[in-house]
Amino acid sequence: MKILHDTEVLFGRSMRHILRSPDTIITVLITPLAMMLLFVYVFGGAIRAGTGAYVNYLLPGILLIAIASGIAYTALRLFTDRQKGLFARFHSMPVARSSILWAHVLTSLVSNAISVVVIVLIALLMGFRSGAGVLEWLEVTGILALFTLALTWLAVIPGLTAKSVEGASAFAYPLIFLPFISSAFVPTATMPAVVRVFAENQPVTAIVDTVRSLLNSEPIGNEIWIALVWCVGITVVAYFFAVRAYKRIV
Amino acid sequence: MTDVAIQVNDLRKSFKDAHVLKGVDFDVRRGEIFALLGSNGAGKTTTINILSTLLKSDGGSASVCGFDVQRQSEKVRESISLTGQFAAVDGILTGRENLVLIAKLRGVADARKTADMLLSRFGLRDAANRRADAYSGGMARRLDIAMSLVGTPAVIFLDEPTTGLDPEARLEVWKTVKELADGGTTILLTTQHLEEAERLADRIAILHGGKIIASGTLDELKKLFPPAEVEYIEKQPSLEDIFLAIVGQTGGK
Repeated sequence: MKILHDTEVLFGRSMRHILRSPDTIITVLITPLAMMLLFVYVFGGAIRAGTGAYVNYLLPGILLIAIASGIAYTALRLFTDRQKGLFARFHSMPVARSSILWAHVLTSLVSNAISVVVIVLIALLMGFRSGAGVLEWLEVTGILALFTLALTWLAVIPGLTAKSVEGASAFAYPLIFLPFISSAFVPTATMPAVVRVFAENQPVTAIVDTVRSLLNSEPIGNEIWIALVWCVGITVVAYFFAVRAYKRIV
Repeated sequence: MTDVAIQVNDLRKSFKDAHVLKGVDFDVRRGEIFALLGSNGAGKTTTINILSTLLKSDGGSASVCGFDVQRQSEKVRESISLTGQFAAVDGILTGRENLVLIAKLRGVADARKTADMLLSRFGLRDAANRRADAYSGGMARRLDIAMSLVGTPAVIFLDEPTTGLDPEARLEVWKTVKELADGGTTILLTTQHLEEAERLADRIAILHGGKIIASGTLDELKKLFPPAEVEYIEKQPSLEDIFLAIVGQTGGK
């Protein structure tokens, strides 16, 4: 099928971009890794969060931060394609239009998966242990992939509409900050009421709690459904606006 | 099939309050080089973008190779190639990879062979495996034009193909355009460079104030003016002649 063929060709192209400029993965990894080191070896000793090693508590939040900073590159790559005239070139060719966006989205899924794997490996060296079985790991993978998909479609919007490089990547900062006001670093119980209400009702807490429970083989409550609703909801809304922005330029 | 490759009738386009095209008409015949001449902001790029299906017109009609640009845009895209104002090459990929990419997207049977052929034809064989962002302006433009030739489209749009090029690179592009037209490709080029239109075009149309105010062959346009007065002047070499003589035509590289 034409759309699959075109998506595959264009996906191969942007994966080459990533392999040729590994700095895009390294810069994505630096902040979350530094934070993991900082929180485990500096602040972690003073934080009372659950019973096990703090790194077990912290890891899910770090993974979300990595994904939130990784998707900024999707916006950047789209912006560059637009600016360099490659969009115009592809659009004036018999190329399936949706392939152009999906290729970037798939690239984001793969490159973020690479970052996640690297962070998990380093966490293992830092003492992270998980009793999760194959099924739990699959669930974790699924939730993280959905989270990446949601944020990537969100990133497509500034990628298509931004007027400058800064504008294309600036939207990611609040996303990177969101885990701090959640259960990612410390339990929400000690936060003042207003902050706590926000923290407990924003998507990061539900996702972090779900991933943490899965990895630590703890019973999972409703949070998995809340997490899924957030991910799917953001994906649907972001996709709608992304496609609308795309139609405006094609 | 008729003799007409591009037909534009009463084409209109506005951006908010700016009426860029106010009823543009022209025809381009098969195999000819047609130059759309106009100053900055005259609407040359807008016209090209409508013809290459990137932009929708507000009124009038346009067809390429007999296909309506709005209703049969997919068919139009199969018959055209656009070389925009700035070289649209993927800087992270090598020259060869850029060509292979386009060949695959166009569904060319042997993508590698097509790429190799175009690399030799455009003198890019030595640079084939270098990243395109390391290319000079002239090389990037050559790669850009080479990419437009993949799949041998019947009609090629060249939007200010020599803007920002040095004199040598410009001559090279001119040579390429001539060769393409000799091979039967229809070429619509825009330029604000009068000499370019004079040297290349079979026919010229002048776009001004949102309309075509004059069109025809160079001779026909000349007839619009009072007969030439004969004046005797000493022929001084232009700076371009001097530059080219000193630098020497080093084998068209």
